[in-house]
Amino acid sequence: MQYLPNIIFVVLLIVGIGFFVKNVSRLKRNIFLGKEASLTYNKPQRWKNMAKIALGQSKMVVRPIAGALHIIVYVGFVIINIEVLEIILDGIFGTHRMFAVLGPIYDFLIGSFEVLALLVIIAVVVFWIRRNVIKLKRFFKPEMEGWPKKDGNLILYIELVLMFLFLTMNGADYQLQQMGAEHYAAAGSFPISSFIAPLFEGMSISTLVLIERTAWWLHIAGILFFLNYLYYSKHLHILLAFPNTYYGKLTPKGQFRNLQSVTDEVKMMMDPDADPYAEPAEDAAVPDKFGASDVQDLSWVQLLNAYTCTECGRCTSECPANQTGKKLSPRKIMMDTRDRLEEVGKNIDANKGEFKDDGKQLLNDYITPEELWACTSCNACVEACPISIDPLSIIMDMRQYLVMEESAAPSDLNNMMGNIENNGAPWPFNQMDRLNWSKES
Amino acid sequence: MASELKVPTMAEFFASGTVPEVLFWVGCAGSFDDRAKKITKAFVKILNKANVSFAVLGTEESCTGDPAKRAGNEFLFQMQAVTNIEVLNAYEIKKIVTACPHCFNTIKNEYPGLGGNYEVVHHTQFLKDLLNDGRISMEGGNFKGKRITFHDPCYLGRANGVYEAPRDLIRKLDAELIEMKSCKQRGLCCGAGGAQMFKEPEKGDKDVNIERTEQALETKPEIIAAGCPFCNTMMTDGVKNKEKEDSVQVMDIAEMIATAEDL
Repeated sequence: MQYLPNIIFVVLLIVGIGFFVKNVSRLKRNIFLGKEASLTYNKPQRWKNMAKIALGQSKMVVRPIAGALHIIVYVGFVIINIEVLEIILDGIFGTHRMFAVLGPIYDFLIGSFEVLALLVIIAVVVFWIRRNVIKLKRFFKPEMEGWPKKDGNLILYIELVLMFLFLTMNGADYQLQQMGAEHYAAAGSFPISSFIAPLFEGMSISTLVLIERTAWWLHIAGILFFLNYLYYSKHLHILLAFPNTYYGKLTPKGQFRNLQSVTDEVKMMMDPDADPYAEPAEDAAVPDKFGASDVQDLSWVQLLNAYTCTECGRCTSECPANQTGKKLSPRKIMMDTRDRLEEVGKNIDANKGEFKDDGKQLLNDYITPEELWACTSCNACVEACPISIDPLSIIMDMRQYLVMEESAAPSDLNNMMGNIENNGAPWPFNQMDRLNWSKES
Repeated sequence: MASELKVPTMAEFFASGTVPEVLFWVGCAGSFDDRAKKITKAFVKILNKANVSFAVLGTEESCTGDPAKRAGNEFLFQMQAVTNIEVLNAYEIKKIVTACPHCFNTIKNEYPGLGGNYEVVHHTQFLKDLLNDGRISMEGGNFKGKRITFHDPCYLGRANGVYEAPRDLIRKLDAELIEMKSCKQRGLCCGAGGAQMFKEPEKGDKDVNIERTEQALETKPEIIAAGCPFCNTMMTDGVKNKEKEDSVQVMDIAEMIATAEDL
């Protein structure tokens, strides 16, 4: 029976990680419902971007307060995870503080984890205040009502609880070490939790062991829970920010993709030898739909973008349309894309791997033409995103669908396009008058 | 003084068997819009003064297709692009300068994929090169010490990372350059991009150009400098809306230089 805790631990670990792996494979399946996009060129630049933007948080600090707080939480979680490795090994082998053999290095590690844990607690509290007391405008847009707001707070609560469990565990351990309890050899330094230890004074060794063990188990269980919470929340960015920045746009922001299917048609039209009445070849593929009306029409990178979005709203707060009260919010474009993709994924799961038409699509059921037509294509949202998400590309793809498949452009734009078609300018001026300015005084 | 403007066309160069140093892509606004035509002329005056061998396409120029593409009409865009590229390639054009950031962006970034490869520069970059090469000289004149704020065109700044050329030119005029609260990478759009110029805005609290004009007016400028004919229109309308047209001018940088040089 002495191995019971080890067995329970291993089972917990397998279930926790197994469930996570299952979610990751669902995530991957959904992302690759998107269209092919070849983004493997210029790998050195891609690695550099990932290192700078995701690992180095370079774009977070554009807003210094949020940026600094975020870096604390980010560094805290990354580094404290070294401790998680020890916890996992201890759990499997039934040891206690296995890395203590590192001696002074261990003392330094545990000491810095504790300082970071405190800093994380402070940062998370400030984040909570920004969301719930100061009520920063960008967290109170219509798309943030309900679950997104709750989700944001829930993540902060989980992080807070995890840090408190970590410090409680250490504090009890420290007290036990002071008391010379069996299995609790002096190891580690406890610059923060030694202040909690006085709370434990006068408690018996068995009570303290119970507290220490409870905190230990809840901490690791909490981490496994959090890992599995990611898929159901906006918090996937802690993982997806890395591939997302890797596959981010490398070309100038103003360069929009030229549609190959259109190029093929235009080339054929311009080819004097082409037979305009030719029957399509028997084996000719069905022509691509122009633009996007649903998630499957988007590229897999755009879908990866959608899952990566953590709803911080920097894009929306920089958007000129949103700032002047229009319905468009780039963050909502990303959230809608993700929500629709989740819906499509569930539909596929429920129908044995086949998508059954549910009479819905991204356009109209989630994103309205009014939002799409409010965009000035100014790239402020793209510039603002700290992890290289491109809401503008989705807006443009959906405009293409509206115009080329539905002929549903606003009438002013139809006039403009008619002018270009007829006289080579967006206004009704004759092309032959193009040089008149040079003769006017 | 129309007679003073020398505006040779590519066709004329071709007929004489010579090649100009650069093609000036005038753009639709620069050709037809009354306000933008003044920018075009100011730029030509500078080119003439500096003895730059340039040409325009004149009646052979057509819309780049930018507004069509941003409106979602990829088909119309590519038809325009392919037609323009045929003309440009037939004349073996190597370098293009334009005073319109939309034309600049489209020709520079979206034409290469369709067979049009040219060196494309914005007129502020071109003017800065002329200055660096000593082909024009600039003294502040009536701009000396004036409070000037520069509105970054989205398709020049964020879209293509050109922030300094226009600012360097303003500084050269001995003017006091004051930045708005959102500028450069975080500059606010004037509201005209993405084909908005050609349609009514969606329902909202205010128009984008008003918001941007308010930001500009916060700097208490005497001049709002622009580098795009569409921004120019939007900001001019904004200044009029705020009834500040008597104290605040909206000017393109080319116009400022031409004025300073008394051209």
